[in-house]
Formats: sequence, C-alpha cells, structure tokens
Amino acid sequence: MKSPLSRRNFIKGGLAGTVAATLLKEKKSQAADFEGYPQGMGVLVDLTRCVGCRSCEAACNQEQKLPPPEKPFNDFSVFDEIEHGQKRRTDETRYTVVNRYDIPGQDHPLFRKIQCNHCQEPACLTSCFVNAYTKTPEGAVIYNAKVCVGCRTCMIACPFYIPTFKYSSAFNPRIMKCVFCYDTRLKDGKPPACVEACPQEALTFGRRSELIKIGQQRIRETPGKYEEHIYGEHEVGGTAWMYLSSVPFDKVGFDTHVPKEPILNLVKDFLGIVPMVLTIWPALFAGFHLLATRKDWLKGKTEDEHEEE
Amino acid sequence: MRIFSEKRPDLPIVDHIKADGTLWTLKEKLWLGLSRPDYFKQFIRNPVNWLMIGILAVGLPLLLQRYIFGLSAVTHASNDYPWGLFLGFGLFGMVPLSASGFMLGTSVELFGRKDLHPIERLALLNGLLGYFFAVVYLEIDLGMPWRLPYPMFVSLGPAAVLFLVAWHVATYLSVQIAEVLPAYFEWIGWLKGKRVIRRMVLGLTIAGIILSTLHQGALGALFAYAPAKIHPLWISVNFQWIHFFCSSIFAGLSMVIVSSTLIRNFAGWRCDETFKKSLDDITLKLGKGCSLAMITYLVIKLVAVAHDQEWEYLLTGWGAYFMLELAVGVVLPMFMFAAAIRNNAPALARAAAFISVVGIIWNRLNTSMIAFNWQLYQEIPHWKEVWITLTLYALYFITYRFIVYRLPIVYEWKGEK
Repeated sequence: MKSPLSRRNFIKGGLAGTVAATLLKEKKSQAADFEGYPQGMGVLVDLTRCVGCRSCEAACNQEQKLPPPEKPFNDFSVFDEIEHGQKRRTDETRYTVVNRYDIPGQDHPLFRKIQCNHCQEPACLTSCFVNAYTKTPEGAVIYNAKVCVGCRTCMIACPFYIPTFKYSSAFNPRIMKCVFCYDTRLKDGKPPACVEACPQEALTFGRRSELIKIGQQRIRETPGKYEEHIYGEHEVGGTAWMYLSSVPFDKVGFDTHVPKEPILNLVKDFLGIVPMVLTIWPALFAGFHLLATRKDWLKGKTEDEHEEE
Repeated sequence: MRIFSEKRPDLPIVDHIKADGTLWTLKEKLWLGLSRPDYFKQFIRNPVNWLMIGILAVGLPLLLQRYIFGLSAVTHASNDYPWGLFLGFGLFGMVPLSASGFMLGTSVELFGRKDLHPIERLALLNGLLGYFFAVVYLEIDLGMPWRLPYPMFVSLGPAAVLFLVAWHVATYLSVQIAEVLPAYFEWIGWLKGKRVIRRMVLGLTIAGIILSTLHQGALGALFAYAPAKIHPLWISVNFQWIHFFCSSIFAGLSMVIVSSTLIRNFAGWRCDETFKKSLDDITLKLGKGCSLAMITYLVIKLVAVAHDQEWEYLLTGWGAYFMLELAVGVVLPMFMFAAAIRNNAPALARAAAFISVVGIIWNRLNTSMIAFNWQLYQEIPHWKEVWITLTLYALYFITYRFIVYRLPIVYEWKGEK
C-alpha cells in the first residue's frame, strides 16, 4: 500500500509546517518588541520664537536643489496667499513652508513651519505597497523613487498632507517630500539646512528623547507661556519633529483630531481577518457545496444502484 | 440589428456549421456572419455607435495628452486630493459592480442553484470586464504605469493594504479569465480546453470567494488609512471593510440585472429562448438577494454610527447628505425590490437595480472624493478628467458588447460543447 501521500509523510509534512510556522512567528515577535530607534534625531519647533523670516524656506530650497520660487524668499506677501481657502502648503517645488496665523486678542501673529514630521511609525511607509519609504535609525523618513509606482496612497495616508507628487512629469514623476536632509547632512550627524539657517533658534535639533525633556522643561519653567502639550509627542504614535505653542494648536493650523496611535493600527483590524478568510473560507464553502448538492448526489447514487440491478 | 431576422435565417451564429453544411471560419464569426457592406450598414444605422465615436474622438487625444505631458495636463494635479475620478469611479466604483462574477459563480457552482444558470456566464463576463477596466483606469492614474508589476515582483511591501488589493485583483482577474474561457473555447471549437477548465471549476469558484471577500473589503480598509481626512459618517475604521464587502453584494447583483435588461432590450436577437424566458424569474430572484444584502448593509451602517457615537453628526448638513445617500441609494431600491418580489413585477426590480447601481457609485464617490477632506474644500474634477473617465467607460461598453454579440454568453452554443 504505497500511496503518494502516506500517513507518515503527511505527519512529517505537518510537523515541518508547524516548525516553520513557529520559526516565522519568532521573527515576527522581534518586530513586536521594537521600541523605535533610540538614537533617532528630531527637531523641536518653538512657535513663540519664530518671526516668519523664511530663512528656513530659502535654505531648504538651496540644499535640496529645488527650482527657484515665483516670489523671492524675502517677499512676505506670500503669507496672504490663499488657495482653495487654505494657506500655503508643500508642493513639488517646496518641501517646507512657513504660514502666518493672526491670533484674535494678541498683538502679534504666530508663524508655523510645515515640513515632514518624520513619524516614528510613518503612515506613508506602512501604506506603501512597494516599500519605497524607509525610516532610518537617524530618524529620517526617506523615499526611494526607483521602486515607486506612483499610486499616491502615501499622500492619502499621511495625516499631515506632506508628500506631494510631481504631476507635471509624464516620464519621470515621483513623490517630493522633505527627507530631513538625510543624504547631505543627517547621515553625518549634522542638523538639516533649515535648522542651521534659523536665526531665532526657533528650531532645536537633537535626540528625540532629549527634545521631549527640553520641551517639558520650557513648559515648566515659564508657567503660562505655553500650552501644556508637545504636539508630536504622541500624535500618530509620535513624530520626530515636535512643536511648542503659546496658543491652542488648532488655532495655528494643527490638526488636533489625528489619532494618538500609529495610522497602521487602524488597518490592523482588517489585516487580521486575512489569514482567517484564507484558511476558513475554502473548508466552509466546500462544505456548503457538499451540503447543497447532497440531494443530487444521493439521487445519482440510487440511480446507479438501480442500473446495476 | 434587424438585418438578421429578415433576410438571413441562418444568423445569428449559434453553431460551427453554416446552413449549407460548411464550417464558419473564425473571420466570419468575428464579422457576425455578415458581409462587410452589411456589417457597416448596421454599424452606421446604430445611433449608439455615433455617440461612442463622439466620445472617443475627443477622449483618445486627451489620453495621448495624459501620457505625453503627464497627469497635470488633464487633471487638477491636486496634492490634497491625490485620488480623483479615475480611482474614485474607475476603481472604487467598478470593482463592487463586478462582484456579480463571484456571486453567481458561488450560487450556481457551489450552492447548486441551477435555476440561475442561464445568467451565470453574463455575470462572470460582467465581473471579468469590470475588473479588467478597473485595472485600465488604474493604469491611467498611476504615475508610472509601466511599473504595475513592481508590487508583485520587484519591491514588496506585504504589510500594506494595497499590496493585498494588488495581489488579489491580479489573481482574481486570472481566475475570472479561466471562468469565462469555456465560452470562448465553445465558440472557437476547442473542447479540450473547456474540459480542463470544467475540472477546475470548484477550485476556481472557491478561490473567487476568498479573493473577492478580501479585496472588496481591502478597498474599504484603504480608507482606514485616512481616518482624520474623511467625514466620520463615511469612515468607520472597524466596519469599513464590512461595509464595502456587503455593499458589493447588491452592487454586483444589481449590475447584472441592469446589464441583462439592456441586452434583452437592445440585443434581443442575440439571446436564446431559455435566456429570454427565464430572465424575469431570475431578475426577481436576484432582486431578492439584493434586498437581503441591502437590509444587512443598512443594519451594519447603523451599527457603525452607533459604535463610533456619531449620532450628533446626523443632525448636521453632512448628516442630511449621508441620510439622503442611504435613503435614495439603498432604502428606496430595497423597498422597490421587496414590492417587485411581492407583486411579481420584474420591471420594478429592474428599475430598483438601476437605482442601486447609481447609489453604489454615489457612495464610493462620496467616500473617496466628496466626504474626503471635508474640512478643507471640495475638489471639482477637471473636464478632461471627466471626459477621459467617460472615454474609458465607452471602451468598456464597446468591449462588453463586442463579446456579448459573439461568444455564447446569453445564448447556448448549438454545436459540439
């Protein structure tokens, strides 16, 4: 009795499968224990110090070799630009912009710098189906244009509206976004160009864990000056760029409704059902089939018996 | 196509053998057995063809423009709305309407519902073409369309929801091709191929259910990536994939009712007696399926509102719009289906199916474009984007009609099979 799939082979195969499954699981648990890169760098932006000089915009433009802007960087009329009812945002020609916010009841406006926040668990990265994004140990979220398909899911997923697309190119389009000056500076331990250019020390470069302490210290030491919140400490699971503000964050253009957990967690519900469907459906529906066609099968069987008689 | 019944009793082609005993050649089959002048006569007599020519005459140059000068030449190139009509309508709208393939495949092949057999092939074809054109829409929208196979072979990001969509749509497309192939094999007369597929049919059908459950759901789960951008009423992180999957059930069934109605009314010459006679009965049965799926959908929609504690939103303008969508797109057709079944009125079921098809597209557009960025501003697509979307739909229609006119989809092949 030598069948191609003997009982012994079946058990062997089953055991091998179980072992493989446990091994694979062990690998996964490494990911579960990962607490983020301890050496990850970040920037603390203090809105109370920013005077809206746009030096950071100019430095970024030069460092990243972006096209020259329509209006020069010392033209402050850009703060009044409104498109679709919105203030200026990042696009394929600028990785960072500063916007002015007039606060009712305050004699001076506040300025807020926008760029990639370099999340600890980036939504762009986790939503990318070709792994075009990488979170480096230094803290930067960088992008590989060589594998990008141009589906723009990262732009959908980014809660801060940061990645932009080079729509104007038919043959060489790509995502354009701030990369923390990774290739030219961060890799060598240097701060990004915008931080270096800031004359007001509104931007503080340092290890993320240190920056949180500095932020807490400033809040503690000057009571009443700051909102008691560091934006980015917990937002979407934490970001490398964080903010201090003297007014509620939604008054200066921050989205205060973003979840306090990584965006990835929100799709885990669905990802969790995938193995279940893959394993249970075949048996379930094959079973339904057998039940549904049982009558026909029985009928066929009795007819056969009659024929034999 | 009056030309058939009057002078040519041997047409339409339903067999390999002509009236005089010789075989139809493949070329003759492609020309529907007509001489070229006759073919063109019927072609120019049909006003629908002129409409198609009109759409394509403007649309094809626009397509060329998109591929030479980039997406910004034909769309608003918005960084706030990365996905426009191509995906909002073409992918998120076409895919649920294509659930017909797995629904009818499951009913007939798995559950042994032989009474639905006459419409099975149409449902499979409807599914196949819907998916195929969803991919075509995607190829317009992707920044680098030539890298379509990258997520499969070059650089893999398996933890992403879109990765699942890509793999499942690709595999399911192959499954659907295999499911429709028997009709093609009968038509060209290669029976060996048909027998091979026949042996795999149970496996194919089960694969179809798995892949459909997962990627219909995955399309919904994609929006869970943007919980802060979409209006809370249209996004429920926990239930989104169930909403999308459940609504695809009545979307697919409704679409096959719409499609069969159009074919019966405007291509009656192509249908055989079995198809025509059983269609009313089948329509009502599919309508029953629709109304059951709809009530389920309504309940889980409500559960999601309750679960996310969104009752207060219902009192706002957005809430009114949300309820309007459900009332017109789901509740109305649901009651129409119910009335149609009770009064044995297939015409009413057909009207209901039409409304529910529009309703499902409306829902997908609401989720992907209208309720998206609800706190920013409303993006209104560029006219060229609208026209290209229309052009692709015209190509879809032409392909659909081309196949239905020829392959044994709504008629049974008389020759060997």
